[in-house]
Amino acid sequence: MTGDAPRGVALELDCRAMLCPRPVIELARHVGEVPVGEVVAVVATDAAARHDVPAWCRMRGHTYLGEDLAEDGAPRYLVRRDA
Amino acid sequence: MYLDTASSEPLHPAAREVLLAALEHGYADPRRLHGPARTARLLLDNAREATAEALGVRRDEVSFTSSGTDAVHRGLLGLTRPGQVVAHSAVEHSAVLHALAWRPDLTARSAPVDRLGRVEVAALGGADVVALQAANHEVGTLQPVAAAAELGAPVFVDACAAMGRLPLPEGWTTAAGSAHKWGGPAGVGVLLVRAGAGRARWRSPFPADDRVDERVGGFENVAGALASAAALQAVVAERDETAARQRALVDLVRERVARIPDTEVVGDPDDRLPHLVTFSFLYVDGEAIVDALNRRGFEVASGSACTASTLEPSHVLAAMGALTHGNVRLSLTRDATEAEVEALCDVLPGIVAELRAEVGL
Repeated sequence: MTGDAPRGVALELDCRAMLCPRPVIELARHVGEVPVGEVVAVVATDAAARHDVPAWCRMRGHTYLGEDLAEDGAPRYLVRRDA
Repeated sequence: MYLDTASSEPLHPAAREVLLAALEHGYADPRRLHGPARTARLLLDNAREATAEALGVRRDEVSFTSSGTDAVHRGLLGLTRPGQVVAHSAVEHSAVLHALAWRPDLTARSAPVDRLGRVEVAALGGADVVALQAANHEVGTLQPVAAAAELGAPVFVDACAAMGRLPLPEGWTTAAGSAHKWGGPAGVGVLLVRAGAGRARWRSPFPADDRVDERVGGFENVAGALASAAALQAVVAERDETAARQRALVDLVRERVARIPDTEVVGDPDDRLPHLVTFSFLYVDGEAIVDALNRRGFEVASGSACTASTLEPSHVLAAMGALTHGNVRLSLTRDATEAEVEALCDVLPGIVAELRAEVGL
């Protein structure tokens, strides 16, 4: 996936330097701030986020769109709010 | 309440007496020809005989190593030749992964697992050697060892999590076990090299040592080996009864834990180790829940990164696509009771709610 999510990113959460499970907690707190169908991006350097963001999507009924890179090269995980 | 027997089982009562007696009488060098040496040799031979009988293997297939890890290293690397390809499941114990990484001439090929943690057998095909665990040490799922053996390559089976608790799977060429995981003392591993195909293939990957058993190195731990054998015999004799009881308790835990919101119970619900159950709570810090349970008298393990020696999450949970944070692994003692397990299930929902409330969820 390239730098642009399919519909553009409605909200980007800066979770750099946060340890697990903090990035997923931030995602849960803020996902309701975008309309259903929009994309939330989580920028996280903690290694667990790569596994836990997709697992969170599966458990909470959202769609994990994949991973790209933030401007500074940090991993960015893209989630579509479905519920 | 001790709930971490998958890390280490308390010494079995049958092992304790044997250990003390053997420490007193089995001190001499079993290679010498004098009286005390002959006693030590006899005790060592007895340990080999009892272990072979308990595992349903031949006496000359059994070697005692200095640990389960040593048995894994010898069992796996002894099957390989320079430059070969070794296929392994993505959820093998780190001892297997580190052993392969230590040999840069080998090509290690990781085969994916499904959501229950079971390897795709076809993905193990085309290799010179296959490494596949009997059962997963973190989530309990049994692996299709017999099917993997039908691929035709020699198979190293890491049976450390399962030995004594379940019969050995069919199809191993070499296999490894760890005594402190079945109630023997620490410092004793079991290496099995199958007569025939295994013996023809296996070469010691480490320097030779002129001891009783050419497959291993170092002075024999006679007392440890004999105590491990005594524990193994006892555990195998009690196995059906213990496993039935533990399975019922694990089913109870799975059912009660699944009622807690945003919780994932991982591993195969049926085809699994009898004593082990693993689950993860969304938004919960693994270290925090281990601490909270410890304060209430429940001693558990966790595969979450914040509880590990590295910042990497469990490669087992990650390979399964399971949640890696908020993870708890329970593994039951032989005598765990329903009342104890119920007590744990009673405190879990409150602890999880409290930890979630602390982060505003």
